[in-house]
Amino acid sequence: MIPDAILRVEHLTMRFGGLVAVHDLSFAARRGEITALIGPNGAGKTTVFNCITGFYKPTEGRIALNRGGPSLWNELDALTASSVRSRKGPGGSLYLLERMSDYLVTMDARVARTFQNIRLFRGMTVLENLLVAQHNKLMIASGFTLFGILGLPVYARAESAAIERAAAWLEKIGLIDRADDPAGDLPYGAQRRLEIARAMCTDPVLLCLDEPAAGLNPRESTELNELLLSIRDETDTSVLLIEHDMSVVMQISDHVVVLDYGVKISDGSREDVRNDPKVIAAYLGVEEDEVEAVASEVGL
Amino acid sequence: MTAPSPASEPRTDVARALKHAAIAGLVSFGMLLPLIGFRTIQDMRNELVLETRPLLLASFVLLTIAGSLLVSLVLVPWKQRRAAAHIPGESVRRAHWRAHVAKWLVPFALGFVVLYPVIVLLGTGFGGAVKWIDNFGIQILIYVMLGWGLNIVVGLAGLLDLGYVAFYAVGAYSYALLAKEFGLSFWILLPLAGTLSAFWGILLGFPVLRLRGDYLAIVTLAFGEIIRLILINWVDFTGGYAGVSGIPRPTFFGIPFNANDDGFAAVFGLEFTPLYRTIFLYYVILGLALLTAFVTVRLRRLPVGRAWEALREDEIACRSLGLNTTNTKLTAFAMGAMFGGFAGSFFAARQGFISPESFTFMESAIILAIVVLGGMGSMIGVAIAAVAMIGGTEIMRELEFLKLIFGQDFEPTQYRMLLFGLAMVLIMIWKPRGLISTREPSAFLKERKTVAATFVEEGRG
Repeated sequence: MIPDAILRVEHLTMRFGGLVAVHDLSFAARRGEITALIGPNGAGKTTVFNCITGFYKPTEGRIALNRGGPSLWNELDALTASSVRSRKGPGGSLYLLERMSDYLVTMDARVARTFQNIRLFRGMTVLENLLVAQHNKLMIASGFTLFGILGLPVYARAESAAIERAAAWLEKIGLIDRADDPAGDLPYGAQRRLEIARAMCTDPVLLCLDEPAAGLNPRESTELNELLLSIRDETDTSVLLIEHDMSVVMQISDHVVVLDYGVKISDGSREDVRNDPKVIAAYLGVEEDEVEAVASEVGL
Repeated sequence: MTAPSPASEPRTDVARALKHAAIAGLVSFGMLLPLIGFRTIQDMRNELVLETRPLLLASFVLLTIAGSLLVSLVLVPWKQRRAAAHIPGESVRRAHWRAHVAKWLVPFALGFVVLYPVIVLLGTGFGGAVKWIDNFGIQILIYVMLGWGLNIVVGLAGLLDLGYVAFYAVGAYSYALLAKEFGLSFWILLPLAGTLSAFWGILLGFPVLRLRGDYLAIVTLAFGEIIRLILINWVDFTGGYAGVSGIPRPTFFGIPFNANDDGFAAVFGLEFTPLYRTIFLYYVILGLALLTAFVTVRLRRLPVGRAWEALREDEIACRSLGLNTTNTKLTAFAMGAMFGGFAGSFFAARQGFISPESFTFMESAIILAIVVLGGMGSMIGVAIAAVAMIGGTEIMRELEFLKLIFGQDFEPTQYRMLLFGLAMVLIMIWKPRGLISTREPSAFLKERKTVAATFVEEGRG
């Protein structure tokens, strides 16, 4: 097992009635890295995401998030044996995500996500989208609405800080000039970037991106790569992403996990995965021993 | 702009118009034949006799044909010509004009409502003033307040609530029963009634948390009916159909509005008239409505209000951002219900008598119609819609000349629902998202731009 992992998925199984979407999947995401989860259509990638972010409750398995040092992993079994969902202490906090419901995963464990089909608040402005993402912080600052209703300056200060933070992110994704336009009015690529910035405004330690490059043109795709690398290098956020676009996966990910039919078929650096015959077979849709014949046929 | 070429000149197609008119005539004939063509009347021997009315039927059908021709031969070409003769800068000028109106509308309206009793007194004198202040001013303001309360639930949070009148009833009965049993004053019971209504709002909120759209609407509808049926059947507590009468009227900070020596008129050395109480009640409901407006405007700019609107836009995205959607929905229900409760307790204090009759589904429907007509989420729109719908109903009572046209038996208020329906249909054609469908953003970086209606979600739950 990777010692400095931020996320550990162990023996994750998700069944929908008779359908096994994910079977006994284990992998880890290293802190400060970009981990990619790839696989052909229907491999179960989004299901894994939904389990991690609390939208699904996994049938079996453990999903643990470590917000501390590697030594904190030693406490994982004790936490699992207990009935609580997190352990908070001076050495950092440890969370069992499969025990938490969706909003708590973001609020407490600080895992943020984006969606395959963009889910912005289309009728709200770009700025408002980023303010909603800072809801929990602002809610406390507004004294759970009471101070805000009374118009106390403590809330006004918190709000201008939140707007500043939003503006900083807008500057970064190049949308500062469109801050006061409705999010639904942005072009597709900008909406993708805004959704990532919105997720980042929740202050996550782990950012889960569900096909962030889907539908982007090559130039937008390059910009996205730069954005993700800057998130990795300049913030304390680790990235976990699902992607079909191999140019994104192969250019920026530090670690690749490959799924096929709900089972992990490969796990390693991008070079390892690129040359793994099992992966090539899965992507070509053939048996492993037929790969060479098919590959020469299609001119690989 | 170049002159429109002959090819793009709008042509009036007479043959098409005639065909349309013929079809319209045929449809109206088919529809009106049983409705207008026949009538059963009782003759001298108490027998039902079928009477045919061919002339009336023919005149209606001809009217339809004429209307259809008017639309396709005059109205449509006129609109096309106007669209073709597009003046450059016209849309900019119109937007400018609209911004100007929007800027002055609120201060002007505020000034008008504050001075309204004075204007009425100057206009009608003491004699007719009670009617105008009570039937128009107070009545409209109650519905403005109810509309603004429901607007939080339906317009902001996007939760379709068909049982809003339940909270109005809770507020009214809370005031009526507590004031009668314990003799507490209006100003103590007002917040208490609001709190009780908010409590019932949360109570309704819990079971419907998982429901969305049509299912939510049905359950809230049932909730409204449950409350009404309890009011009818729990006779010991609520008085059943007979309702609660003799509810203490609000006093002027302890001074009652009556003809006694310690009454309001005597204390201030005025001649007694019921007008003072009406004017006082007017300012009370005005204050309550303005409080609702103030709180709602503030809430919209706070995280809780933004969360309501985000919930309307996309609930799943809300949860992915760490918003507790359960609390968000419950606060929306509670806030909406609280304002409904305020309005209800005011209603009980103003009427002095309440019964379940006042809290039927029809009331919920009217309040919802006000919110939808006004434009969900828009406070100004809701206020305009309330003035139009409730004021319109009251105005119809005053239209005596209609009796001269339709005969002495004509009772205009009976056609209220017909006109509501007509107004709804027209609004849905002309402005499908309500009178004011644009959205004011709650925060801005450089300039406040309104959000066009096409982007704003209407809420699916």
